[in-house]
Amino acid sequence: MSRKVLVLYAHPSQHRSEVNQPMFDAARDITGVTLVDLYQQYPTYQIDIEREQQRLLEHDVVVFQFPLYWYSTPSILKEWQDLVLEYGFAYGNEGTALQGKQFICAISAGGAEQAYKMEGYNHYPLEDLLRPIEQMAGITGMKYLPPLALFGARTAVEEGRMSQHIERWKTLLTLLQEGALDTQSCDDLIALLDQQAGEAK
Amino acid sequence: MTGYFIQAFIFLFAAVVMVPLAKRLGLGSVLGYLIAGVIIGPVTGLVGQETNTIQHFAEFGVVMMLFLVGLELQPAMLWQMRHKLLGLGGLQVGLTTLAVTGITLLLGQSWSIALAIGLIFSLSSTAIVLQTFNEKGLTKTEGGNSAFSVLLFQDIAVIPMLALMPLLALPELQSVGSAAADHHEEISLVAHLPGWATGLVVLGTIVGLVLAGHYLSRPLFRYVADSGLREAFIAAALMLVIGIAALMGLVGLSPALGTFLAGVVLSNSEFRHELEANIEPFKGLLLGLFFITVGAGVNFTVLGDNFTTIIALTLGLMLLKAAVLFVLALIFKVHAGDRWLFTLSLAQAGEFGFVLLTYAVSHSVLPTELAQLLSLVVALSMFLTPALFIVLEKVIFPRYEQQQQQRDMDDIDEQGSVIIAGIGRFGQIVNRLLVANGVPTVVLDHQAAQVDRLRSINIKSFYGDATRTDLLHSAGIEDAKLLVVAIDDKDRALALVKQVKHEFPHVGILARAYDRGHHYELKDAGADYVISETYPSALQLGGEALQRLGYHPFRAEQIKQRFSKLEKQHFESLFSSWLHEGEARDFSDHYRSLFLQLESKILTAMKQESEDTRSDEERGWTPPPKTYQDDFNR
Repeated sequence: MSRKVLVLYAHPSQHRSEVNQPMFDAARDITGVTLVDLYQQYPTYQIDIEREQQRLLEHDVVVFQFPLYWYSTPSILKEWQDLVLEYGFAYGNEGTALQGKQFICAISAGGAEQAYKMEGYNHYPLEDLLRPIEQMAGITGMKYLPPLALFGARTAVEEGRMSQHIERWKTLLTLLQEGALDTQSCDDLIALLDQQAGEAK
Repeated sequence: MTGYFIQAFIFLFAAVVMVPLAKRLGLGSVLGYLIAGVIIGPVTGLVGQETNTIQHFAEFGVVMMLFLVGLELQPAMLWQMRHKLLGLGGLQVGLTTLAVTGITLLLGQSWSIALAIGLIFSLSSTAIVLQTFNEKGLTKTEGGNSAFSVLLFQDIAVIPMLALMPLLALPELQSVGSAAADHHEEISLVAHLPGWATGLVVLGTIVGLVLAGHYLSRPLFRYVADSGLREAFIAAALMLVIGIAALMGLVGLSPALGTFLAGVVLSNSEFRHELEANIEPFKGLLLGLFFITVGAGVNFTVLGDNFTTIIALTLGLMLLKAAVLFVLALIFKVHAGDRWLFTLSLAQAGEFGFVLLTYAVSHSVLPTELAQLLSLVVALSMFLTPALFIVLEKVIFPRYEQQQQQRDMDDIDEQGSVIIAGIGRFGQIVNRLLVANGVPTVVLDHQAAQVDRLRSINIKSFYGDATRTDLLHSAGIEDAKLLVVAIDDKDRALALVKQVKHEFPHVGILARAYDRGHHYELKDAGADYVISETYPSALQLGGEALQRLGYHPFRAEQIKQRFSKLEKQHFESLFSSWLHEGEARDFSDHYRSLFLQLESKILTAMKQESEDTRSDEERGWTPPPKTYQDDFNR
């Protein structure tokens, strides 16, 4: 069963991007995926609520793609949530527009994975930091999937980790698009995607 | 008087009919002119002996062309070309002269005649070649560049050749020659001076020309430009070129060389584009006239009598020149398609050949019959040149096309320039933003004082009326990506948009409108983006007023945004209504009702300030209803 995937991409400094922009560009090759560059469409933050809601209605899967900024999304993605996920549309008695859609975050984080541990300097694991987003998905009736995260993003290019990550990202989008991602029993998406890639070989 | 009109009419009529036809057939304008000349000359006999006189006059087209060429060449660029100029040009003239002289000697002519012929045939046709390069856009290619160096060298070399000719005089031709020489006697300042004095006068003239061009031309053009009369500027441009040509003639230099030099001196001037635009049409017409006279001057009797000889000589000459050029192209590493362009484009004799032939006859160097024969060879080889260009275009270039495309990838840094028309309070800011970010811009303005002020703070700008297509041409509209229209005159802005959209649809047009009506007009004329000049700043001031009245800054900002969003939403309907109303537009009932509708919408949207009813216009940052918690408790 093929699904329509909506990637909402937020990166305010794309000319410096080493991870997210290549990912966004790589996603162009995949059919059934709509790519929205929020900073490109709303450089002055004047988000067109009507248009964004229409887009949500037309898609089955919602992906937030962004670099982690202060343990959360870049500001435009927060602005997008504040304005687009209106009462009566996304939540509340009649707000059922997003019910049953899948939701996932594709994140790059500057810190190493070890930093996002109780004993690391960030103290909280990524899934804890993303609780507000998880709860946003929950209250709007979307199915929240564990995030696809790239840790140590500032040095990923130098360490030659980008091509593998882009492959994961493309696999993820393809699986989402095909409706073939079984995450019921999975809490580590990366392990699942790498296993998938292993099988393909 | 009437006689002149009839002649002029015949010439112009032939050009008007033949040139477009030749272009349509893909033959280029030069061949069109040549054929037109043949038709009105030897074929129908509409024009006759006077062609020679006209030809002298038309040679002035070549002079103007070199002035324009000079304008395109900054002194620094010329200096960069010096190796090609001397090496390529010098070797071409030297080797061709040597080869032609040798062959002529073998054919049994005396050495002085052989050398004269060698010199005459070593020259190529600047007029045909540059004109064709321009038409076909080959000027900036490697081959075009090399060919240009050679042509430039040749034009300079004509001067020593003219000096050398009299030394080759044959005693047995003296009696015939002196009669002709009297006929061609020209006014000269230096004729009766000793050699060293002549040298001093010539040197002084050149230095004076350069200094005057540098220091006097600007105040002069300013003075003329400030009058605001276009014809005064045209007169000034013509005066400059004619004056220099005359001056050069007086001291015995080539007028073409003099005007070329003047062009180079003025190439850094802010008046460059305007000068170019003004001289261009004269150059085109005169060159055309020149080509017609070449065609009209073909002597069919002589041609018929010596048909095989002339054809053989012409083909032999072109083959020989091509061979020399090809070898030079190899030595100087001119590549691929450009090598062929270089080889074939210069393989003809040129208009200076006619000049030298006449000169040689009058100085008893060549017998008249031989000169007549040779001038046919020159004319025929010029005739065949457009055909060679067709071979280049249809056969040779396609083969190299792929390589060409690969090579073009390297120098894309010239692309993406922006032309800004009007550099007043508005255009200036646009220009500063672009220039600060490394975007190359060309600025045009019709106020010389303004252009001057900008120049003094190092902003590259040119004086000129941007509504003239020819000026846009010389500002490089073909390669431009964007045109910013910021000129004050509403009608001229509109005319400019229409013109550019029509002739250069690839150029994006960003236009500044004076008011709502002008905005619609510009949009209708094809502008890609229009902004009403005072709208954003008025909006900003309105927002400031709200803040000072006590509105929270963020709220004031939102109100502004909502206001302009509503305006945008209603743009299309108001615009199409405006379009349909035609003449009565601003006062029509339909348009007025639409406008009132817009105003009332804005009014309601601005007034709406309710907490629980959520209107369409009042969405962003509206909190959920006060009772919304109940939904979750059910």
